Amino acid sequence: MSFNIDQVAKLARIRLKPEEKERLSKDLESILKYVEQLKQVDTRNVAETSHVLDLTNVFRKDEAKPSQVRDEVLKHAPEREGNFFKVPKVVER
Amino acid sequence: MPETLHHFTLKQALDFISKEGPAPLYKELSQRIQEHNPQINAILRFNLEDYESVEKHGGKGKYALVPVAVKDNICIRGRETSCASKILSKHVPPYDATVVTKLKDSGVSIFAQCNMDEFAFGSSSETSAYGIIRNPWDLERVPGGSSGGSAAAVAAGMAIAALGSDTGGSIRQPAAFCGVVGLKPTYGRISRYGLIAFGSSFDQIGPITKTVEDTALLLGLMAGHDPRDSTSAREAVPDYTKALRRDVKGLRIGLPEEYFVEGMDPEVEKSVRAAAELLKKMGAEVKSVKLPHTRYAVAVYYIVAVAEASSNLGRFDGVAYGMRVSKDNLQEMYFETRSEGFGAEAKRRILLGTFVLSAGYYDAYYRQGQKVRTLMREDFSNAFKEVDVLLSATAPTAAFKIGEKSTDPLAMYLSDILTIPANLAGIPAISLPCGFTKSGLPIGLQLMGRPFDEETLLRTAYTFEQAVEVYKQRPKL
Repeated sequence: MSFNIDQVAKLARIRLKPEEKERLSKDLESILKYVEQLKQVDTRNVAETSHVLDLTNVFRKDEAKPSQVRDEVLKHAPEREGNFFKVPKVVER
Repeated sequence: MPETLHHFTLKQALDFISKEGPAPLYKELSQRIQEHNPQINAILRFNLEDYESVEKHGGKGKYALVPVAVKDNICIRGRETSCASKILSKHVPPYDATVVTKLKDSGVSIFAQCNMDEFAFGSSSETSAYGIIRNPWDLERVPGGSSGGSAAAVAAGMAIAALGSDTGGSIRQPAAFCGVVGLKPTYGRISRYGLIAFGSSFDQIGPITKTVEDTALLLGLMAGHDPRDSTSAREAVPDYTKALRRDVKGLRIGLPEEYFVEGMDPEVEKSVRAAAELLKKMGAEVKSVKLPHTRYAVAVYYIVAVAEASSNLGRFDGVAYGMRVSKDNLQEMYFETRSEGFGAEAKRRILLGTFVLSAGYYDAYYRQGQKVRTLMREDFSNAFKEVDVLLSATAPTAAFKIGEKSTDPLAMYLSDILTIPANLAGIPAISLPCGFTKSGLPIGLQLMGRPFDEETLLRTAYTFEQAVEVYKQRPKL
């Protein structure tokens, strides 16, 4: 099994300090080694459980309802401009 | 001798407030927190605003002004809710979780917010960004986790009752370590709306209280379908207080062979087997049962739950709420915010979850984990053909020492072996105190039941509790 911590950290948008990288690699290797035991279990013809309740397609009516929370939501934004969340420039001109 | 106010149960507090008014109780709890919280660190914030505003308006509802503490991953409108993480510092939700709405509608005052493992990632309450929590029974030991603050606050008399959340044992194990009662209801029994998500197919909110009766009362206030949580169940909500009967005649209790594991503390095993004997004397039938896939529980959990966690924690990016590390490039802002904001255990689980879901590994890990989860559910449904309740220890040991397992994540994960299966199968499970070790640490008894049969758990737990009265003991602080 190949565990490329740099690749996984990049996917997760996390930058690791060298000492973190060393420790986490070691931890994750040992956890992954432990979970390898699942490969021994014969699961041919076993369905997957993604959910324990027997629910399928829970629908509700698509009705618009008033929501007054805009100002409250924006009040706690790290940065805002008018009625928008502000983030650094994404698209270069 | 009359009980001091801070040791009141929810029921006693209710009676007291109706006669004497709420003021003495709030004064006592505030003092108790000021005196003991600096050491125990179970409470992150408490305020009297809710109580004062309700009192001004006369206090409505059956539970008018009864104070309840909540774990800090349950959103309260207008009050900081941090999940004990740096990344959610300054996060002030613009809405109430459904459980908070329901409690407020009954008149309950949300008094305090409890410390916890960061994002509920932990079994010892050592991962909070706001410092470790100590066990009121022995300050050198952990209170369990992740709802360690809720359990320690209730045990120490800093809260009358509290809410926790349970993804792999996070209500039951701290309840066991702190000598209080904790219930993880059936998945779907209580709305998860407003509970900051960890593992969405496992998470359940539940009560942590001093007595089984209080657990029944709080469960009744919170249970039921919620249109805002599409995974909440439509099953009718019974009157749980009717289940509080001292009667186990003819009840079939199963002792799962696989739960009396190697490495289990002999004192814990002895106490749990004695509990089974007592219930037998009171008329229950006790027999051995098999749950053959138990040995895979921790492995399945640490694939499926971390996969869900890594996906759920993708939303913390510094854009709309919480902490942001400002950068002049969006990608850099994501990287720096997440690297600064998440603690070590959160990073570990996010990376593990990202890995098991990544292309090329999904089938080998995640899909296989989901299939073994099915086999574990089948184990339970087979066992419940023979028995009505499963009885075991809540944890293989009593509270362990601070620092004992924090450097070995796998050893920490394995300490959840007895609580994880109920979450994998979605079934209800309760922990209640059944005795003490020679050194005076509480031991927890776990009962697991059929889906939506919390009543049988409450009845069995109540019968046992009333017979042994362990719950009357309090830590000396």
